[in-house]
Amino acid sequence: MSEKILLKGNEACAMGAILAGCRHYFGYPITPQTEIPEYFAKHMPEAGGVFLQAESEIAAISMVYGAAATGRRAMTSSSSPGISLKQETISTLSAGDLPCLIVNVARGGPGLGCIQGAQSDYFQSVKGGGHGDYRLLTLAPNSVQEMMDLTILGFELADKHRNPVLILSDGVVGQMMEPVSVPEPVTSFPEKPWAAVGAKGRPKNIINTLHLNAAVCEERNRELQAKYKRIADAELRYEEIDTQDADLVLVAYGISSRIALTVKNRARAEGLKVGVLRPITLWPFPTEALRRLAERVKGFLAIEQSAGQMVEDVRLAVEGRAPVAFHGRSGGVMIQLDDVEADVRKLLGR
Amino acid sequence: MMHEMIFAGFGGQGIMLMGQLLAQAGLEEKRNVSWIPSYGPEMRGGAANCSVVISDEVIGAPVVQKPQLALAMNLQSKEKFEEMVAPGGQFIINGSIVPDPPRRADVRNYVLPLNELAAGLKSAKVLNMIALGAVFEASQAVAEESVYKAMDFMFGKKLASRPDLAELNRKAFQAGREALKKAAQG
Repeated sequence: MSEKILLKGNEACAMGAILAGCRHYFGYPITPQTEIPEYFAKHMPEAGGVFLQAESEIAAISMVYGAAATGRRAMTSSSSPGISLKQETISTLSAGDLPCLIVNVARGGPGLGCIQGAQSDYFQSVKGGGHGDYRLLTLAPNSVQEMMDLTILGFELADKHRNPVLILSDGVVGQMMEPVSVPEPVTSFPEKPWAAVGAKGRPKNIINTLHLNAAVCEERNRELQAKYKRIADAELRYEEIDTQDADLVLVAYGISSRIALTVKNRARAEGLKVGVLRPITLWPFPTEALRRLAERVKGFLAIEQSAGQMVEDVRLAVEGRAPVAFHGRSGGVMIQLDDVEADVRKLLGR
Repeated sequence: MMHEMIFAGFGGQGIMLMGQLLAQAGLEEKRNVSWIPSYGPEMRGGAANCSVVISDEVIGAPVVQKPQLALAMNLQSKEKFEEMVAPGGQFIINGSIVPDPPRRADVRNYVLPLNELAAGLKSAKVLNMIALGAVFEASQAVAEESVYKAMDFMFGKKLASRPDLAELNRKAFQAGREALKKAAQG
């Protein structure tokens, strides 16, 4: 293994993209993700790729559409308000089966909100921020290493399923520095016979998302739903820590899962049986794992840097088999470890 | 063992870089480290702080909420972080520009003349290296050799043609250590 280097989450994401063979980045600056375009501005020319600061977030995602349609690995990144602007084209990319990577280093909302890290874009990410019956394969890194690894994985999964992939990170993971071991560059890429790259000697490839005939549109939707079923079956990722004997399971993703881990460790030191379930993919969601745990635990505590979004999916998974409590802070204010600990004690009657 | 620290001051005092150096020193020892800056509106108003964790265990929450050691390079930082220091922890104050005395009786306070020490070395730029020396001596979080390795790693290329500046950084680091030792005895 190579020596670890100290990187910011945002830098690790951009470096990972270049290692994954991405040579087309289109973006627009916004705190707290600006180190991503900054890294590409410096390193994309060295890699022989394209860095382009577009005139707007909407232009950037539209450029991703164009590059992805030609079969190139392409990405954009932004933070919450900028990701809102991209939603129309994210729906269109989904309808066009176009693989690409979209990175949201989320900040407090709604509106322009604040520039501190937050997790209040969960609904937008997994319930369709744009229109129509579409799904984004959504990955939630909780460390700088995962900012790199899940970026590389994101490009692979996007190509494998011909679907956009979203990295839902947050300002804390984006801004923090941690040691990272850097993998070797990806050297083998899938064939893309569908790409719109010139049709000499073969029938034209057409990427179109307008189907004026409703029956044709429904058939297109059936194909999409069949694809989403394949993704849901193949790509679920989550992590369980100390859940085997747990009375209380903390459910948290991204930065909140780091808080959950610290609280779990402190609780275990006091003899409290606390475990952690961390979704790594937010869609697909670890519904079955939660349902299994619900049969034997006393309860769940969902922890989010939001007013409570993922907690709804936890409750849907548990279906009333066990109580699901919630702890959150919104507007980019960090959850306090002591406050979560107090909730844990209360829930366990200590 | 887990060392949780906060370093705070004005933008331009080199606090962020100092925190990164300490994190890099921890990494030189193949330990778990995290560094996270403040990047909020307070930064745009000229203040800066960062959290650094150096640990033999997996690091959970990277934003330090009860530092065992805090460094306040100006009055605003003292006011913001003094109450956060864990009971029994350590608080280093830049006495050169912080007129207020320490308030906490349940933490070990060190009031150090950091700006004067920098003036003594004829370089305002090494203020953060002096502070690093003080933090190093108080925290004992890493080995001296690891700090020097981190300096070489982070400044090696830039200072290759200026061995005098590399030497000045080391001198400043040692001056900070001595100041902390003196304050601890006094």
